[in-house]
Amino acid sequence: MFGQAILNDNLPGAKQHHWSPYTDNGGTIVAVAGDDFAIIASDTRLIQGYSILSREQTKLFKLSEQTVLGVSGCWCDVLTFTRTLEARMKMYLHEHLKPMSTPAVAQLVSTMLYHKRFFPYYVSNIVAGLDQDGKGTLYSYDPVGHCEKNRYRAGGAAGAMLQPLLDNQVGLKNMKGGVLPDITKEKALMVIKDSFISAAERDTSTGDGVIINIITKSGVEVMHFPLRKD
Amino acid sequence: MFRNQYDNDVTVWSPQGRIHQVEYAMEAVKQGSATIGLKSKTHAAIVALKRATSELSAYQKKIIPIDTHMGMTIAGLTADARFLSRYMRTECLNHRYSHDEPLPVSRLIGNLGNKLQVCTQRYDRRPYGVGLLVAGYDDKGPHIYQTCPSATYFDCKAMAIGARSQSARTYLEKHLNEFLECSVEDLVRHGLRALRDTLPNEVELTSKNVSIGVVGKGMDFTIYDDGGVESFLAGLDKEDRRGGRPLPPDVEGDLKEVPVGESTAAPQDPAMSVEMDVEPHSGKD
Repeated sequence: MFGQAILNDNLPGAKQHHWSPYTDNGGTIVAVAGDDFAIIASDTRLIQGYSILSREQTKLFKLSEQTVLGVSGCWCDVLTFTRTLEARMKMYLHEHLKPMSTPAVAQLVSTMLYHKRFFPYYVSNIVAGLDQDGKGTLYSYDPVGHCEKNRYRAGGAAGAMLQPLLDNQVGLKNMKGGVLPDITKEKALMVIKDSFISAAERDTSTGDGVIINIITKSGVEVMHFPLRKD
Repeated sequence: MFRNQYDNDVTVWSPQGRIHQVEYAMEAVKQGSATIGLKSKTHAAIVALKRATSELSAYQKKIIPIDTHMGMTIAGLTADARFLSRYMRTECLNHRYSHDEPLPVSRLIGNLGNKLQVCTQRYDRRPYGVGLLVAGYDDKGPHIYQTCPSATYFDCKAMAIGARSQSARTYLEKHLNEFLECSVEDLVRHGLRALRDTLPNEVELTSKNVSIGVVGKGMDFTIYDDGGVESFLAGLDKEDRRGGRPLPPDVEGDLKEVPVGESTAAPQDPAMSVEMDVEPHSGKD
């Protein structure tokens, strides 16, 4: 910032260099938690600038039979964060002789992110799963570990574009009709598919395909459907 | 084996070229209850006899999982075993993190051997008083490794350690050729029969005092306890117990001592019989 004030940019050959450790690799994540299920979905496109790095990169990471983590943002941080988290979960399993529950994972994610408060993981996280009573739960995070329990959330590149849609269709916010019923699995799936189709229309970093993980007490079911490739 | 002036410190050699503290540490392994490891072409299995100090307490856990491709069973000081297992787990985790593949078993045992050796050469440390039988499966196939407090380790086709384990070793030697082509169930049954040979007459293998661990091709390391053991034990009672129980049920039974000479010269080191290994060896080089 000081450099910019003094630097005369007419000087031939002079250029202020600035290397950033972060890059935005795109990716959108949408998740909805119901009474006995949780659904989390991500698009499959990985970008850098206006280039496409991959059309088939999922951003969902299965942590256990009851918990799936969706992470997008800077892909190097995504990879390191998920690997470190998996190692921590294995340590928990060895120490406590049982797998980590979803609320425990949620807290661990928060503390792990905050540990890097002064050089953050540039990632947008959503933890979706079933808690110990079998109820669907969802936790969303900012890059430094602020954690919120939600019923529905959109994160990542097109997060801001999709969250209002979810507020309307899943949360029934400010709509006449009284009490919010618990959303059914079929309706949640429809809303999620529609949100990705809409995001692909307007956001360049979203497209190519969607991977959906449906977490129920019988395990994690994986679905895939294509999106526009432009 | 008895006290002499060379056995106070692990840094002291005896005139016969032995380090008594290390050998005493090996005795601790022989105090632990029996445990057996054996492998086929595709799987490695470990079985262990659990011991309960009294009717009130639970049976002491013998089999410790290390990673999805590796587990181990212990004989000796459980606390030392827990410490070593934490080290081994961390090594496996770190290797998976940085190489995205399971840590090859031989590599881990090598690192472990080096760690064990340090305690045999420093005056401020003591040898780890635990023997391990590590069962693992990696791209070179199934493995059974034995480690000793002396920091030597052996790659075994089958092995038994702990109290009265000589009878088990005899069984394993007799049936060695059958193991390669065994199915998992038959492999475990061989192990259970070998384990049964270490029992005194009044004691039987039950689902309470037996622990089984198996790892292999397409199979993560799985521990069977209590109910899970029953299908393996089924049918075993009907078979005759081979290898009788001529030895009295004391721990020194499988260590034959040469009696000390009558001479009044400086005390002789009692001669040690060959320790618990299947093939002649000179330690791992």
